[in-house]
Amino acid sequence: MWSYERRLQYPINIKEPNAKIAQIIISQYGGPDGELAASMRYLSQRYTIPYNEVAGLLTDIGTEELAHFELVGAIVHQVTRDLSMEEIEKSGFAPYYVDHTLALWPQAAGGIPFNACEFQSKGDPITDLMEDMAAEQKARTTYDNILRMVKDPDVCDVIKFLRAREVVHFQRFGEALRRVQDKLNEKNFYAFNPAFDTCNVKDNK
Amino acid sequence: MMRNSDMSKAALLHEISKVDFAVVEMTLYLDTHPHEREAIAYLNHYVKLKNQLEKEYSYKYEPLSVSLSCESDDNKWMWALAPMPWEGGCR
Repeated sequence: MWSYERRLQYPINIKEPNAKIAQIIISQYGGPDGELAASMRYLSQRYTIPYNEVAGLLTDIGTEELAHFELVGAIVHQVTRDLSMEEIEKSGFAPYYVDHTLALWPQAAGGIPFNACEFQSKGDPITDLMEDMAAEQKARTTYDNILRMVKDPDVCDVIKFLRAREVVHFQRFGEALRRVQDKLNEKNFYAFNPAFDTCNVKDNK
Repeated sequence: MMRNSDMSKAALLHEISKVDFAVVEMTLYLDTHPHEREAIAYLNHYVKLKNQLEKEYSYKYEPLSVSLSCESDDNKWMWALAPMPWEGGCR
């Protein structure tokens, strides 16, 4: 289960409204490499991971991603909450505004709605952890791209924090992958699913 | 300009963020290094500090969680009345 802490993981106090950057940053809310997909990916994968420490890592990172989902939501909210009608029309924000006013809705920057097909939960620890490492790198690349386009220091500060967390998660998933591989039969390293084909796991030989 | 009481509120919340960062970071580290005693001691130190600071904040200002709401005002349900963090209210 979960309980809520009523504070942000990282402080956000943005002074300037900016509808242009809202349309870019929302991709990390509900886009293909966004925080919602990240959280749902890890929290869904953890049930079939046969090793406690790896299931624990997926739970803890999946939980931190929920806090990041809130951070991205807070950025988008703060850069849109004081927009004038004129700014909405001039900045290209009108197609989003007509459907959602100033509410948060998980979508990619290109307008594609959030979809569970943006992540996989395969039931094979090697496959899943490889996906997780790739996902952290894809999110890091997206934050790099955002930092090339966004200049507001109040926004960049938070994006840099989120970017750094992707790097740490990649490192931890890499360690988890090594722990899983250490338990495999060295002759059949990548050919079997250690969550399903238990006969090829070292411990059960 | 911030009033003096607001400033200490912001400073305390900032301190909680810093301490919590150590807790989050060390939790993930220990998930993949569960036998490192030095890391366990480090985490324990910051968990205790976080609990203490969150209790103090919840007593002085508003509760940070339902579990800490007993530290707050008995006359009104501060969990419902406190500002939401995404408004920049909890600064």
